[in-house]
Amino acid sequence: MSLNYPNDVRYAKTDEWARYDGELVVVGVSDYAQDALSDVVFVELPALGDVVAAGDEVVTVESVKAAAEVVTPVSGEVVAVNAALEDTPELINTDPYGEAWFFKVKPSDLSELDALLDAAAYEAYNAEREDH
Amino acid sequence: MADDFIYELSSPGRVGVALPDSDVPETPIPADTLRPELPLPELSEVDVVRHYVRLSTKNYGVDTGFYPLGSCTMKYNPKINEQTARLPGFTNIHPLQDPVTVQGAMQLLYEMQDMLAEISGLDAVTLQPSAGAQGEFTGVLIMRKAQIARGQGHRDKILIPDSAHGTNPASTAMSGLHVVEIASDADGNVDIEQLKAHLDDTVVGLMITNPSTLGLFDQNIVEVCRLVHEAGGLVYGDGANLNAIMGIVRPGDLGIDVMHFNLHKTFSTPHGGGGPGSGPVGVVAELAPFLPAPVVGLSAEGEYEWVWPAQSIGRVRSFHGNFGVIVRAYTYIRMHGAVGLRRVSEDAVLNANYMQARLLELGDYPVPHGDRYCMHEFVAQGKIAGAEGIHTLDIAKRLIDFDYHPPTIYFPLIVPEALMIEPTETESKETLDGFIAALTQIADEARSDPELLHTAPHHAPTRRLDEVRAARQPILAKTSA
Ligand SMILES: Cc1ncc(COP(=O)(O)O)c(C=O)c1O
Repeated sequence: MSLNYPNDVRYAKTDEWARYDGELVVVGVSDYAQDALSDVVFVELPALGDVVAAGDEVVTVESVKAAAEVVTPVSGEVVAVNAALEDTPELINTDPYGEAWFFKVKPSDLSELDALLDAAAYEAYNAEREDH
Repeated sequence: MADDFIYELSSPGRVGVALPDSDVPETPIPADTLRPELPLPELSEVDVVRHYVRLSTKNYGVDTGFYPLGSCTMKYNPKINEQTARLPGFTNIHPLQDPVTVQGAMQLLYEMQDMLAEISGLDAVTLQPSAGAQGEFTGVLIMRKAQIARGQGHRDKILIPDSAHGTNPASTAMSGLHVVEIASDADGNVDIEQLKAHLDDTVVGLMITNPSTLGLFDQNIVEVCRLVHEAGGLVYGDGANLNAIMGIVRPGDLGIDVMHFNLHKTFSTPHGGGGPGSGPVGVVAELAPFLPAPVVGLSAEGEYEWVWPAQSIGRVRSFHGNFGVIVRAYTYIRMHGAVGLRRVSEDAVLNANYMQARLLELGDYPVPHGDRYCMHEFVAQGKIAGAEGIHTLDIAKRLIDFDYHPPTIYFPLIVPEALMIEPTETESKETLDGFIAALTQIADEARSDPELLHTAPHHAPTRRLDEVRAARQPILAKTSA
């Protein structure tokens, strides 16, 4: 079972991904994260208009195994949330990089994206974690 | 085969009890409270008895088999506990009676406070909280009030290691304080550097479980307590794992200021559906004035009396806690005595280490901290070498086919695919060997016939339950007849 590491997003060591579309940063969790969580059963999203700082816990995800906090990798204002996840949290398992985006931030400091890993570095980081 | 619901056994007009004709006028039930859609079943007495007795035979408990549920201490509950709890002097009294008329019960509570203080090395104890989690909540409220009394009311953070039980952050949040998570180091101890980085004058205290949920004794515990005290904080010790250290180490001597006891774990009272629980809290002298009121005192005239601590946080439970449970735990302590309690812990630790050593020797299941002696439990992983696609859940489900209660799974969260095994002291070597043999056979099956695991259990009253659907659509009531 191999996991997906698309190149069009950047990754946090805490297993979130971020995609900058030229205006907004879209945030979700990685394939590695959804695989570790297993079937997700509940998601609590931030409120529209929340002003968040990089590293803040803004989303709670619950699976049959565990509850996990998702932190935002970038600072800014939350301008969209994916309400579809509230009724169909299984999207996180089936399409973590696509339909299962969590929220969009109007970023206040784009340089924060530079601190994130590219696909190759994140994949290597996960391989190291698995060995440990 | 699954049993019918009692609704499905219903037959219109069938009754279990014949009532005499009414000799008073009937009063109709108000129409707006009638619920004709309620599918109340109609059965005879024998139908009802058979239905529930049959279901009860499908229960699994420590009285029917091995129950190595890590972190829960599912030890055997001696039956003498039930006899003492049923003594008429305990069952025929009421908590509002004049203390003069219930001196025996109050003596038991007083001595229980005393014995728990001695076991923990702390100075004062409340027996009110009715579970470990409520004990935590009580303890955190006490810590906060103590900080206010020290003139440190601005402190609003509790540090909690990432290996903690989920109730620790929950109790903290319930009391209005903020949780800051501290990482564990590679040996499973609290990461001292991380701890130092977070210790400032906003910290109310630290909540630590020692032995930890990894089944490890924190080798830096004295240093951890010293650092927290130095920063003006208090240390809460989650006593859920006391079963490993009774009569060997006293939390109070290590520097713990507050702790709870899970009587329903360490002191052999029923839990896991058999409850209720009981989570007394012990504190050092400085915190005694804040204990929930009342506690039991002994007057100069030798009379037991209710005492209201001077700056009590108030009541956390009606009356005096789950009294019947306290009687059982008291019995357990008195039956063992000091030497016996130490033996309990020694045997609990020996049993766990025997199982850990056997698993390491057999090599099918990784044990991340297997290089250290464990305490009364240890955490293995359901990552069987050479078995692709097998998860801890599959192993746990397959264990049911061998007539065992599965260990705790996926906890602690910091160990992927965790399989947390706590045998307790009451199990024989034969029982432990039988369980290891089952794990070994399951590892072989995982490699040769993974489907057998994916579709387990095969011999239980129900097959694999759909946990995902149950969590996503938690509809618990039968909706139509
Ligand atoms: C380490 C730890 N702390 C606290 C608790 C909470 O105790 P209770 O279930 O009595 O509320 C538990 C229960 O399993 C535990 O294992």
